[in-house]
Amino acid sequence: MENKSIKGWLYLLPALLFLGAFMIYPLIDVFIYSFEEGYNSASQTFYDIGGYNYSYVLHDAYFLQALKNTFILVVITVPLSTGLALLISVALSSIKPLRELFQTIYFLPYVTNTLAVGLVFMILFKKTPYSDGLVNLLIHCFGGSSVDFIDGPYWAKMFVLCFYTVWVVMPFKILILTSALAGVNPVYYQAASVDGTRRFRMFYKITLPMISPMLFYLVITGFIGAFKAYSDAVALFGTNLNAAGMNTIVGYVYDMLYRDSGGYPSYASAAAIILFVIVLTITCINLLVSKKHVHYQ
Amino acid sequence: MKITLSHLTKKFPARGRKGKAAAEVVAVNDFTFEIPDGSLVGLLGPSGCGKSTTLNLICGLQKPTEGQIFFGEEDVTTLSPQQRGVGMVFQNYALYPHLNVEQNIRFPLENLKGAEKLSKEEMRSRVEEAASLVQLDGLLERKPAELSGGQQQRVAIARALVKLPRVLLLDEPLSNLDARLRLQTREEIRRIQKKTGITTLFVTHDQDEAMSISDLIVVMQEGVVQQIGKPQEVYDDPANLFVAKFLGTPPINLFTGTVKDGALYIGEETVLQVKGVPDQPVQVGIRPEGFLVSETGTFTCALSRPEVLGRDISILASHPCSVNPNVRAIVDAESCEHLSGDTVRFLLKSQKVLLFEQTTGSRIPFESGR
Repeated sequence: MENKSIKGWLYLLPALLFLGAFMIYPLIDVFIYSFEEGYNSASQTFYDIGGYNYSYVLHDAYFLQALKNTFILVVITVPLSTGLALLISVALSSIKPLRELFQTIYFLPYVTNTLAVGLVFMILFKKTPYSDGLVNLLIHCFGGSSVDFIDGPYWAKMFVLCFYTVWVVMPFKILILTSALAGVNPVYYQAASVDGTRRFRMFYKITLPMISPMLFYLVITGFIGAFKAYSDAVALFGTNLNAAGMNTIVGYVYDMLYRDSGGYPSYASAAAIILFVIVLTITCINLLVSKKHVHYQ
Repeated sequence: MKITLSHLTKKFPARGRKGKAAAEVVAVNDFTFEIPDGSLVGLLGPSGCGKSTTLNLICGLQKPTEGQIFFGEEDVTTLSPQQRGVGMVFQNYALYPHLNVEQNIRFPLENLKGAEKLSKEEMRSRVEEAASLVQLDGLLERKPAELSGGQQQRVAIARALVKLPRVLLLDEPLSNLDARLRLQTREEIRRIQKKTGITTLFVTHDQDEAMSISDLIVVMQEGVVQQIGKPQEVYDDPANLFVAKFLGTPPINLFTGTVKDGALYIGEETVLQVKGVPDQPVQVGIRPEGFLVSETGTFTCALSRPEVLGRDISILASHPCSVNPNVRAIVDAESCEHLSGDTVRFLLKSQKVLLFEQTTGSRIPFESGR
């Protein structure tokens, strides 16, 4: 018995070592940095220990802007992308001809480079001396006045960021959901149609519960992914996100680490811990809600 | 509710790449039949014979290519399943795994709308009524995964019955159960059917199942109805070789023989007098219970070994004219006491001997005389 458990731990050792070195230790380290005031990574010194870093970050206008941006992004894109992906998957699974073609088309954004996609979005939305961007041309067609989506008002920039995020995350969701839908045994639909079930009720009472584990997985990873958004914003608005007013929490952490000659690792750590707490809370809420509505078979 | 099928035909389009000629599949071919009100009918045939398609046509899940279906006097051919008022039990039961037993049974009632809409109390009492009919009281809170196969089956039946259907359809209702439960459940189906009086049609490939509980059985092969009748009649008086072979356990023994001058020859021996049959080569079918062991028997077989079954003895023998390697005879235990040596001699019961045409396999009637 004793022998066996030693053997078990030995098998686990490589994984534990790597996890410990690259995940657990940095996590603890970040936590410690976040309480060390004025830490300097070059000289490895700090002035004092306390909560000042948190208080600084929470009073920093840039951080509050980043927090607001991230929350708006999460609240809009997660439900929207999941809902749209569900709609498209249901439509895809109820058509026969050209289904594979459509599936491929919908999957393309997933394998396209973020920066290349950002470039395309520039062409769609950016106003230059030579062109107003494709979207503005369309707005002109319908009699509206042109909007600068990249350097213009806040809501226009937020719209582009949300649009972009939804567009980028949807392929994966569609892929997962179409396979989940295909996994539902058609005999349930037959049974329901013999009993005179209307289509919407069939979807609501049979399809949704049957694919609920997959849907839940997408919502959880969607939340986490959206909270960690950064590169999308960079691709659209360039590296100086604070100036554009479109920074995200991860962007703020990054800026704090590397901007302004050496940066402020203490502030970055505090911001990272705040993000961690937010994501943890949201995930726990998700798990609690899921207990009632997700049906594992 | 009387069900009438009139020239019912279902063809499935040929599956194949363009340019490749592939014949369309005729799953059900010109099926005409009237199912009497309140009867329990077994649709019987080997797999792929079109029996499930027939059930789906009656249910309304599939539309016939030709022909009509009547419930009573009403033509339901173009109606959807719910407009027909059918209850269906699927082979794997199709219970919704995320709903408990009560919610599963209530599901069809919640679909009712307009004037048929039921109040909460009415639904509750209907669900309880259906559940107690199939003896599920006390299990209403369970999920399907927490039930045994037999219990799931009963939930499926209750769900089909709760909306008081005009017709109950069961697709291979017993195939997912173990042998003991199968016996129990088929009695259960019989009991529920007699109690409710709903015209019931079930599909099976197991002839024991069909024979034991049906009022009528329909034997099908490759989409064509071979014979319709009461189980005993079909067994005793099969229309053709296929029906004779398909019904009966152990299966019928087949021999090649000839009829000459009103006598039936198997090999060199005259085994039976058959009047009114023209001289021709024939296929002879002898039911296992059609043999009598006798010293004076006219039919001689090489004895392989007796198998003791308890009440009866099954004698395994062989004969050069037998189509199958073994001849199996089931006889009384007493008559085998003087069974010894390498050969066994039989007398044949003439009503258990069936003659079929050599090529077409259709039945040749004969009068026995001795």
